[in-house]
Amino acid sequence: MYNVLAVSFGEIFLKGKNRSSFEKKLIEQIKLSLKGFRDVVIYKDQGKVFIETKHEEDMDEIINKVKKIFGIVLISPCIKVEKNVEIIKDKTKELFKYLCSKKEIQTFKIDTHRSDKTFPVKSMEFNADMGEIILDEFENITVDVHNPDVHIYIDIKLNCYISSEKIKTVGGLPVGTSGRALLLLSGGIDSPVAGYMIAKRGVEIDALYFHTYPFTSERANEKVKHLKELLEDYCGKITLYSINILDIHKAIKLNCKEDETTILARRFMMRIAEKLALEKEIDMLITGESLGQVASQTMKSMAVIENSIEMPILKPVIGMDKTEIMEIARNIGTYETSILPYDDCCSVFAPKHPTIKPKLDSIKRSESNLDIEDLIEKAMSTIEIL
Amino acid sequence: MEIYLDNSATTKIRHEVMDEIKDVYENNYGNPSSIHRKGLQIEKKMEFARKSVAKVINAKPEEIYFTGGGTESNNIAILGHLNNTPNSEVKYNIITTKIEHPSVYNTFKHFEDNLDVKYLNTDETGKIDVQELAESIDENTLLVSIILVNNELGTIQELDKIVETVKKKNRRTKIHVDAIQAFGKIKIDTNKTSVDTISFSSHKIHGPKGVGGLFIKSGCRINSVIFGGNQEKGIRPGTENTPGIVGFGKACELVYDNFQEEMDKLYSLKEKYGMRLKEEIEDIKINSDLTRTGAPHILNLSFKNVKGEVLVHYLEDKGIYVSTGSACSSKAKSDNRILKSINLDRDFIDGTIRISFGYFNNFDEIDYVILNMKESINEIRKFMK
Repeated sequence: MYNVLAVSFGEIFLKGKNRSSFEKKLIEQIKLSLKGFRDVVIYKDQGKVFIETKHEEDMDEIINKVKKIFGIVLISPCIKVEKNVEIIKDKTKELFKYLCSKKEIQTFKIDTHRSDKTFPVKSMEFNADMGEIILDEFENITVDVHNPDVHIYIDIKLNCYISSEKIKTVGGLPVGTSGRALLLLSGGIDSPVAGYMIAKRGVEIDALYFHTYPFTSERANEKVKHLKELLEDYCGKITLYSINILDIHKAIKLNCKEDETTILARRFMMRIAEKLALEKEIDMLITGESLGQVASQTMKSMAVIENSIEMPILKPVIGMDKTEIMEIARNIGTYETSILPYDDCCSVFAPKHPTIKPKLDSIKRSESNLDIEDLIEKAMSTIEIL
Repeated sequence: MEIYLDNSATTKIRHEVMDEIKDVYENNYGNPSSIHRKGLQIEKKMEFARKSVAKVINAKPEEIYFTGGGTESNNIAILGHLNNTPNSEVKYNIITTKIEHPSVYNTFKHFEDNLDVKYLNTDETGKIDVQELAESIDENTLLVSIILVNNELGTIQELDKIVETVKKKNRRTKIHVDAIQAFGKIKIDTNKTSVDTISFSSHKIHGPKGVGGLFIKSGCRINSVIFGGNQEKGIRPGTENTPGIVGFGKACELVYDNFQEEMDKLYSLKEKYGMRLKEEIEDIKINSDLTRTGAPHILNLSFKNVKGEVLVHYLEDKGIYVSTGSACSSKAKSDNRILKSINLDRDFIDGTIRISFGYFNNFDEIDYVILNMKESINEIRKFMK
């Protein structure tokens, strides 16, 4: 039915001078997201962005993709036609018939918007004309201008666009308009959601995954890679780094107190993440920490962990309940992958009774048994791009 | 370096087999049901393959039915035996063991609503107690299904004694044998046994995947459970997987021609590995029978304070491929049914792996494998309490 998708941008209109660069980013993002589709053209008609396809059957999939792009607030599938009154009439009837086949319709309203003032018929007049045609053609249908079952929008620009549906999308800001951050991606439920939330505010994301192969499986890598790919629908291209921290775990296990192992390991992860971020000229880290969820996410634990680095850490899900995080994960499509059992299956290095109130001086004393710089260097040398 | 020691999971295809498969795809691609020459050509090749398969278990070619693999053979046999159970007041029963492969175990579970299903215990070596079997059989026993060589332990059941016991108690009781791990590895003589149906698979003997076989003894009738054309006398309808079948036939020929020699090699590999491991690694338990009363190709081992899964990854990193006996015990659902049934100690059950040998393994690999197992285990044990 539809051959064109109209795209409405959100907050970028508030951003004054940046508008054109934001719009450019957004169009790039749309292009990237629709890379797999044949014969797609993105163009502007009197300031509004449209995505046109020669293959109407692709439209549902295109909508699914575009829905996920940050910076877009509304999309509307349209029939694009010439500005010819007869053709518009025919296509409007066709659209109405199509809508009737999808749901029961008793009332309707025609809404014409004429940005092209050279079009011979005025909006109000055109509404009345088209309304009459529908009333003549279909039985048991009345006009209701206040609360119609269906709205038919006729938008007259350089071309004419007939549509009925406005689909609300994710909103946010175009990715890449607010700088870059490094996401600590674990393969669990929380970190993909955290990445999604920060990316939504226009941040370009790189991701870092820590593993302990051969204590974990190569299948766990595949899982994290898959999560990254799911996030890319929203966040654009993500570079995913993996680093093996088995030697760090071993050193901690052999030289430090058991109940502090998780805190110590997390401090190492932060140091490595910071180091990588600085190398890549990234300004902040992102974690999926949620207050009180596990031993390392108590106030005291987080304070001690963060003390290991200077770089700010964004924690967008910090105040959320698990169920709230899960709901977002389901909505963005990462949940099913996150719950696959490959991750942490053999949590050999997790202490039975981890401390929830670590003391910084005690942790520092434990760390004095370790050659921190050397361990970090060695871990960094295992870096791979997945 | 690649040393593949997971031949019970599947095997690498032999190039002689691959050549045959390629020839069928490229030159003999006809459908055996076609009446033209192309059909006849492949039909002849298929019947030749049937003879080759039959020879391995001393069966008549007409007793061999080609299927889509071992799981399918087990399903066709068990469902085929039971589908025609008469409706009556009597509650019929069926018997199997606690150490069956899921393709039998879960098929039996499927019948729990309508039939009494008995799962026989095993001793610590994985053998069933024939006395318990005898006591379980009565005039309402429809079927006994036994795994001849258990896939994790390599235990061989005393088939002759089992068959004799069953038929003595109730001669109408049907016997199905899952021989998927046994086929081509130990002698099976269908001419000398009253077993009704036997299932086997091609990819365990260096043949192609997706093809298997079912032996149905002459005179034994099973009901169709898949409906379609008359291929395989209606037991397994659908256009035949001719490349697979011809390849399976070739793999059987190779097995048959070299049976004793190959079996001797596998047995001595198993013995050598077993001896060396016992000598060189502490706190080890050999769960498989190291002598010739066990299967030649399966060696199941447990190490104290080791996680099997982690050991598998350590070894894969050195190019050595083995499998775990038990998945991670932190998840209750993966607790291993078979290892539990042989009463393995809690300390050992997590550290269980299975090594299984095949045609491509040789004695030169042993030193490298033992060295790396030893080093990996030492490394892992440092971090496990």
